[in-house]
Amino acid sequence: MYAQKKKIAGVALIGVALAILPFVIGMGFGNAWMRMLDFALLYIMLALGLNIVVGFAGLLDLGYIAFYAVGAYIYALLASPHFGLHWPLWAILPLGALVAGMFGMLLGAPTLRLRGDYLAIVTLGFGEIIRIFLNNLNAPINITNGPKGIAGIDPLAKNIEIFGYALHSLYLIYYLFVALALLIVVVTMRLEKSRLGRAWVAIREDEIAAKACGINTRNVKLLAFAMGASFGGVAGGLFAGFQQFVSPESFGLFESIMVLCMVVLGGMGNIPGVILGAVVLTVLPELFRQWAGPMQMALFGQTYIDPESMRLLLFGIALILVMRFRPMGLLPSSRRKAEFEHAAEEGVTS
Amino acid sequence: METFIQQLINGLTLGSIYALVALGYTMVYGILGLINFAHGEVVMIGALVALAVYKALAATLLPPLLILLVGLCVAAAVCMALGWAIERIAYRPLRNAPRLAPLITAIGVSIVLQQFAMLFWGRSYHSVPALLPDTSYDVLGARISAVQIVIMLAAAASMAGLIALVQRSKLGRAMRATAEKPEVAALMGVDANRIVALTFVVGSALAALAGVLVSANYSIAHYQMGFLLGLKAFTAAVLGGIGNIGGAVLGGVLLGIIEAMGAGYIGDLTGGVLGSHYQDIFCFLVLITVLVFRPSGLMGEKVSERA
Amino acid sequence: MTVLLQADNIAKHFGGIRALKDVSLTINAGEIYGLIGPNGAGKTTFFNVITGLYQRDGGDIVFAGQPLHVESPHEVTQAGIARTFQNIRLFAEMSALENVMVGRHLRSKGSVIGAMLRTPAVRAEEAAIKTKALELLAYVGIAGKAEVRAASLSYGDQRRLEIARALATEPKLLALDEPAAGMNATETAGLRALIEKVRADGTTVLLIEHDVKLIMGLCDRVAVLDYGEKIAEDVPAVVQKDPRVVSAYLGVPYEQ
Repeated sequence: MYAQKKKIAGVALIGVALAILPFVIGMGFGNAWMRMLDFALLYIMLALGLNIVVGFAGLLDLGYIAFYAVGAYIYALLASPHFGLHWPLWAILPLGALVAGMFGMLLGAPTLRLRGDYLAIVTLGFGEIIRIFLNNLNAPINITNGPKGIAGIDPLAKNIEIFGYALHSLYLIYYLFVALALLIVVVTMRLEKSRLGRAWVAIREDEIAAKACGINTRNVKLLAFAMGASFGGVAGGLFAGFQQFVSPESFGLFESIMVLCMVVLGGMGNIPGVILGAVVLTVLPELFRQWAGPMQMALFGQTYIDPESMRLLLFGIALILVMRFRPMGLLPSSRRKAEFEHAAEEGVTS
Repeated sequence: METFIQQLINGLTLGSIYALVALGYTMVYGILGLINFAHGEVVMIGALVALAVYKALAATLLPPLLILLVGLCVAAAVCMALGWAIERIAYRPLRNAPRLAPLITAIGVSIVLQQFAMLFWGRSYHSVPALLPDTSYDVLGARISAVQIVIMLAAAASMAGLIALVQRSKLGRAMRATAEKPEVAALMGVDANRIVALTFVVGSALAALAGVLVSANYSIAHYQMGFLLGLKAFTAAVLGGIGNIGGAVLGGVLLGIIEAMGAGYIGDLTGGVLGSHYQDIFCFLVLITVLVFRPSGLMGEKVSERA
Repeated sequence: MTVLLQADNIAKHFGGIRALKDVSLTINAGEIYGLIGPNGAGKTTFFNVITGLYQRDGGDIVFAGQPLHVESPHEVTQAGIARTFQNIRLFAEMSALENVMVGRHLRSKGSVIGAMLRTPAVRAEEAAIKTKALELLAYVGIAGKAEVRAASLSYGDQRRLEIARALATEPKLLALDEPAAGMNATETAGLRALIEKVRADGTTVLLIEHDVKLIMGLCDRVAVLDYGEKIAEDVPAVVQKDPRVVSAYLGVPYEQ
């Protein structure tokens, strides 16, 4: 009973913190920070989706961003002047999740027999294929508007006034994103503790033994791909409405790698770890970008390294250092951590 | 027919370069079972270092061929050092870590190298001076340039050299032993760390050569050139059966030809609906199709599931 | 006596090597059936064919009155054959309890949607899975180790856990691949008692073993494989005296 109460108190505390967070950030630091906060939430959804595929089922997917792209373009096509359609958000998001999930199955079906790095390269190829199609499907019929992308997408929310007090749309978007991110967290946690979650981990641990336990590995893997992809599709739709603009440029391999880094850096397979990874890798590089210029000006009187480059350079160094000193990620699941320490003690080398 | 021969020549040229880069991937994979994600950047550094040497020596009136060779040697030396460093920084400390950890450090190294190259050489495309004679020959109605001939010969010679190294030399034997069974190789007195480091070094030397050749072929070098090249070469290695040296060569050449043919014919085949910008799709589609039917690549050993 | 598994003329080759040459054998319901033979005789190959890990190149299998469909191992498990592995294959990072819970996969049906909504039916099923898994851990004698990570268990306990996981699939036939390998005398005795208990509770057992003493003392009937061929099949006392079996084990050529 006491544990139950403690749990409820914890949830309530997180709820209150999440509710007032935007006012602290927005009032204290301005709208640029609010945008960053919203982006962090998007990346949390993406990373949790990829975590199902990579972290739970152990399938290395380097083309994950393709599902984000599918979700984003579905929103862009159905809610923009491009085709003159203006569907509402609540109709598009489930559709985006569904279509992205179907693409996940489409990718999964031919690749299920592949293992490890073969799977990685095929998923990578799939991601590139999607991007190339987005880039070129402006002829003969203009579907995606090619490299120029689709602009003027319907916004997720407008600035409103409550009690005569103007509230920027970023706040409403924040609450929408928080709600959906929480939904995805809850769904992921429930899946992890379900019959299917166990089957995913079993496949990751030993595929042959999983089959011997009667698990239809083909179907269960397909399901992992579909689930992960549908989260990506939801996040993609939100991204399109948030940015009000999509172009193929946003969905390159680097983005896939970025999301993978969030999952691995945070602590693969561990939900709090993945959330932390997503937040750290969204916020830190952005901070560097904002501060790198002024700081150099202050220190040296001129800008030696351009901030964008600085951001990437530090990102690269951070990846190396974190993996070097915390190879299990920043917040590994306790089980995995024990495993690693155990192996290290025995001095297993291979 | 002329188109066919011409695209075949172009494909073989491109394929030779892919094969050289693919060898680096496949060697590291063979010995560690890991992808060296930073390998494409080594190619890029090789190309840009060689270019810096060409520029430095341009005023000396040395014969162009000599300048090319000096450039190649310096690039090879730098890349070998780089390969060694990559192994020390991104791979060795993580020998006991989960499989994905070294992948992430390698991605980190790759980003750092790219940004470093950008700071050093700038964002612009650099044109690479033509150091080889600007002649070309007629083959069955198609043209083959001296550059293309040199690329194919150099690639073929270095691949033959590598195969001899792996098959005949003591180092090669140690490499094969370490790849096969590291524990047993260690018991036989093979210093696994040294062998792994040397594998990176040898692969990087080939990458330097590939960098010099690819920049000669397109007369252009750029800080982002390594990325797509690395991706294609890795695809080639997987296509051939990763870990298998012959497979990397086969995969590279095949991929080059497929791509060139795709670029040459895709427009005609689809009645102009799909243009040559779909050539990359072509190569990935071939890869996926091959892997569906041969999950271990063309020359990869069939991994039988053992109970 | 009812026949549980009838294998007729099973053939399997790897490249040019004929690992199994038309092996036929019959396992009756309720018995402990031993499969022995010198190293490389094809025991494990036969085992892998029966359990669907290898595709056979010839022959038929009838299991529980139905032709056995062996496209994939999970279908075999579905049909009612569960196995363990010679070199223990547990889900190392999962707890002992979770390992057994995975074994219940086949006999439960909670869907993705159900898991997301956590419907009462799914919750009840989850609780039932856990109860059953705990029972099985107690059954094989490692009740106290439910929360221990599989990889941290002792060798003997890992073997027991693997058996519990196999039993969780509710098999008609439990196939054990060298379960006593690497065990000391006490552990082997414990294992023997466990196998007898499994049989007494109605599950037929197929056993591959090197430990001839264990086989002879435990099995109702024994088949002997040599160079991919069945050279004997009978009760242990008879097999033990068969001159072809003796020569196969001692390496002396058998002459008629």
